[in-house]
Amino acid sequence: MSTTTAAAPVRPDGPEPQGNRHTTDPRRRKRTLMAIGGVLVAFAFVAPYVVMVLDSLRTSSDVKSTPPSFLPKVWQWDTYAQILGDERFLNWLKTSLIVAAGSTVIVILVAIPAAFMTARHRFPGRGAFLLLVLVTQMFAPTSLVVGLYRQFFELNMINTYGALILTNAAFNLAFAIWILHGFFSSIPLEVEEAAALDGASRFGILRRVMLPLTLPGLVTATIFTFIAAWNEYVVALTLMIDDDKKPLTVGMRAYITGYEQHWDQLFAASVIAVVPVVILFAVIEKHLVGGLTAGSVK
Amino acid sequence: MTESSTVTPDPATSAGSGHPRSRMPSRAGRRRGAGRIGQVHPVVALLWLAPALALILGVVLYPAIKLFDASRGEYSITGLRKGDAGWGNYVKVLEHPDLGTVLRNTVIWVVAVVAITIVLSLALAQFLSKSFPGRRFVRWAVIIPWAASLVITSQLFVLLYDYNYGIINHVLQGLGLIDQPIDFLGNDSWTMFSMVVVGVFVSLPFTIFVFIAGLGAIPDDVMEAATVDGASPWQRYWNITLPLMRPALMIATVLNVIYVFNSFPIIYTLNDRNPGYAHDTTITFMYKLAFKSQEHDVGMSAAAGIFNVVLILVVVGIYLKIINWREETSR
Repeated sequence: MSTTTAAAPVRPDGPEPQGNRHTTDPRRRKRTLMAIGGVLVAFAFVAPYVVMVLDSLRTSSDVKSTPPSFLPKVWQWDTYAQILGDERFLNWLKTSLIVAAGSTVIVILVAIPAAFMTARHRFPGRGAFLLLVLVTQMFAPTSLVVGLYRQFFELNMINTYGALILTNAAFNLAFAIWILHGFFSSIPLEVEEAAALDGASRFGILRRVMLPLTLPGLVTATIFTFIAAWNEYVVALTLMIDDDKKPLTVGMRAYITGYEQHWDQLFAASVIAVVPVVILFAVIEKHLVGGLTAGSVK
Repeated sequence: MTESSTVTPDPATSAGSGHPRSRMPSRAGRRRGAGRIGQVHPVVALLWLAPALALILGVVLYPAIKLFDASRGEYSITGLRKGDAGWGNYVKVLEHPDLGTVLRNTVIWVVAVVAITIVLSLALAQFLSKSFPGRRFVRWAVIIPWAASLVITSQLFVLLYDYNYGIINHVLQGLGLIDQPIDFLGNDSWTMFSMVVVGVFVSLPFTIFVFIAGLGAIPDDVMEAATVDGASPWQRYWNITLPLMRPALMIATVLNVIYVFNSFPIIYTLNDRNPGYAHDTTITFMYKLAFKSQEHDVGMSAAAGIFNVVLILVVVGIYLKIINWREETSR
């Protein structure tokens, strides 16, 4: 079962049997009802974020008006221009991009050899390593934040991208190894053996045979790590003290303080932070199901 | 996993050769017959695992040691170490007057969010696995709370829940369901409920997709056979779908328990304006001890952090023991 899923990840939304054109009426009615149900489900998930977009287009005082109105009284589009021209915002955006990209690169480079080794080979300590990975999965940077702070303080790495990159990489490694391990395990042994018989080295097998076959898993692991690092909050809140080194999630809070409340800017910044991630997710939506099938649901 | 300890080291493979199989095709054949995978020398394995080990030891285990170290120290209110506290910080955490409340909140929070999430996700995944017009868009919509940062979603809900300006109160009043606005975040009997709603909302997408994947992995012929045998839809679901979803259910439960237990931004943000620890879980309790309370006690917070780590390890450990994780992963 799992061998087939990796070679050709299950794609429940591939081409569907369209049925013949003369569908019976009850069937069509059922599909219509389901489509209506779909709209309701979609609405439930999207509605809060629609409010967010609308709030980003209001004046800040309109966000807090009684009674609240659904649509902005004045459509204020230049909040976005204002944000994108704000040097502080651009610095936060830069930090988020550097940290998310850096963590992702490290996680992928580190997880691939580890997952390949544990999935395709037997050696003393393999079980212990997998257990260690599982235990890491349970550690959240949140509960270790005091320890992390003290460690990076000793290393003189408070306020550095490096500290955030290493933390995000370390705490997302387990999930990436987990997913890739599942993918590597489900590739038929014969594929690897044929390559070995052709004289390929272990590294050659990994690079030329295994990696291309695990592409959906790689995509899933990459996107997951990127998004987790992009959205990380507590460690950045604690380690990044200089305003220009903060990532978006932390920096954005400056829009709402005891002294001034720029709700419009807060929500415009939120929209800018959320939209790229939603697009990334939408692009891999098909892989997402395949990736989770072979990766964690074996 | 168990095999690795029982299989005796093989002299031919322990020689450090990169690919013993190419030299010994007959042995490779035997291995395939047994469904086994290649033995490698531990040193070779270690080289491939070294980067991962370095990262885990350096940035997960070392901070954990530092945390333990901090938990045994006595700190001034500014965070300077004044001396050793022994187990004093642990005693202080255990004797904290709000500990009972915090533990109760943690149990309610984790159990309610995970249980509601799993039940709703099973239904929604079933729905989203059927084919209907526009399904792709619905799936995209479902992803959004997953993609959005928890801080952003939490901040958003603070406003949605607001007593005066919140759209939720406005809509409920407009529909005539309530006369007076509800103080979702300020009224003690509503706060936990309001936080659980947000917790479920952000946990649904991941869980739904794990279940969609699990449903997709169920072979069609099994279902067809059951249908031919005259099983009712409910019987098919209860006797076939759910048992075959076991791995997906297991993954979703373990990961959700870990995520929800460690969840910080929702509780921290939604509960921001309430004084004290009446609605805190062990995670926000720990953070507030170090950074927000009058105590400002790093040592005590570190001790609470150690309790958190041990708690989640024990809970997940027991769960994995019950469902027999080794059996599920040895392949």
